[in-house]
Amino acid sequence: MDADRPLLRARGVTRYYGARVGCRDVGLDLWPGEVLGIVGESGSGKTTLLGCLSGRLEPSAGTVEFTGRDGTVVDVLRMPEPALRKLARTDWGIVHQNPRDGLRLGVSAGANVGERLMALGARHYGRIRATAFDWLGRVEIDRERIDDWPETFSSGMQQRLQIARTLVTEPRLVFMDEPTGGLDVSVQARLLDLLRRLVTDLGLSAVIVTHDLAVTRLLAHRLLVMRGGEVVESGLTDQVLDDPQHPYTQLLVSSVLQP
Amino acid sequence: MNAYNFAFLDEQTKRMIRRAILKAVAIPGYQVPFGSREMPLSYGWGTGGVQVTASVIGPDDVLKVIDQGADDTTNAVSIRRFFERTTGVRTTTRTDAASLIQTRHRIPETPLAAGQIVVFQVPIPEPLRWLEPRETETRKMHALEEYGVMHVRLYEDITRHGHVETAYDYPVLVNGRYIMRPSPIPKFDNPKLDRNPALLLFGAGREKRIYAVPPFTSVRSLDFEDHPFTIEHWDQTCALCGAADVFMDEIVVDDKGGRMFVCSDTDFCERRRGR
Repeated sequence: MDADRPLLRARGVTRYYGARVGCRDVGLDLWPGEVLGIVGESGSGKTTLLGCLSGRLEPSAGTVEFTGRDGTVVDVLRMPEPALRKLARTDWGIVHQNPRDGLRLGVSAGANVGERLMALGARHYGRIRATAFDWLGRVEIDRERIDDWPETFSSGMQQRLQIARTLVTEPRLVFMDEPTGGLDVSVQARLLDLLRRLVTDLGLSAVIVTHDLAVTRLLAHRLLVMRGGEVVESGLTDQVLDDPQHPYTQLLVSSVLQP
Repeated sequence: MNAYNFAFLDEQTKRMIRRAILKAVAIPGYQVPFGSREMPLSYGWGTGGVQVTASVIGPDDVLKVIDQGADDTTNAVSIRRFFERTTGVRTTTRTDAASLIQTRHRIPETPLAAGQIVVFQVPIPEPLRWLEPRETETRKMHALEEYGVMHVRLYEDITRHGHVETAYDYPVLVNGRYIMRPSPIPKFDNPKLDRNPALLLFGAGREKRIYAVPPFTSVRSLDFEDHPFTIEHWDQTCALCGAADVFMDEIVVDDKGGRMFVCSDTDFCERRRGR
């Protein structure tokens, strides 16, 4: 693969909801193996931007390019739907804030993990099950529970199951929307630990949207700070958090409660 | 019955349904939408099958109607009488003497021949419905051959029961392209769908869909490499005719737990007994 080419490149991504701005003129480069954090308060356009980047929302303007495994660059926003859906099944993964959006609640945990494998053509029950078994262990879910329904899981377990289900096909790029939202602090810490390890082990690239600066401190290499749909500051995570330049970032950083 | 057109439906409706059938035959396994009419029987009693039969039946046809393999149950008797009264065609219970067979939930044991048409009554045509409630999405999944979720269902069956528990309406892949519900026939009948010399037509009246398996089309039941598709087997032979390797009905014969196994296909059973 061309080393001078970012995995994901966005330019001038703009999305209006009628007259209201979802996000405006956002540009970013995501390099292979890099984790990019997008922070900002509720309503700042983070999720809209993530939707545009992952091809689930159609932007009003702008381009998003993705570099495939074979080095070809595809235009995410203008590619035909079959190709986009294929990309979403193979090279991409999406982790939703609410695990119930990403899981199939009516089937067992094992089937949830195996679904993407089966979608890619796996037709050997024993091997699918062995892979699911392995992945439950990797996300620290008791392997005994492979045949239990996700409904019987705690929310932290559901979130870990969603992560296993997404990562089982080893995607190259993962979009995460508030992966730790709604979890209590100790569960959050474990999940972050797990995510950090998986991202390093698999050499994943990821775009993580969150309002929680602690999450980005642990996971993200670089940060974009958004406000009112625009990027107000960007840079290395430690640099942005320790020496914020923009008044809004300063406010954001100083608003974090210290127990 | 001069007050009604031949075979009840008006000619314009028959044309519309025949067009849908032609398209269905051209794209094996694809569900063609059609303008389903109100029929003088309630949904769930075979309105789809009756409309398909009415559209393809001609004065020279010999009609057989079966319901769960039997020629003499309510659904079979009333649909047969409906067509006797509205078309005046000859009817039969013999599979090999019929040119047109409307069936509810069985394929006859007697092998079908080229030139015969079998019409199936379909309650739910969409095989992906179990996993995806949105019609817009299931159509897209068919168009893009996104069929991985079908195996999620089989996976779940094997996980819960050690084998695929689905015993009827077992999903099949038609002509290597479309996944299809074969209507609620027992999976015992699935192998008969494959490369069958007869034309197989499926009509769903309430859901307004027609689909088809043309003669000699490949129909494969979905399975896993290490859990291949299997059909039911019985230890007993038919208590009336002694047939083995047929689909059996278990009949309770008294209130002391007595039961017997007999052929589900009454015509096949009677002919073996030499009546």
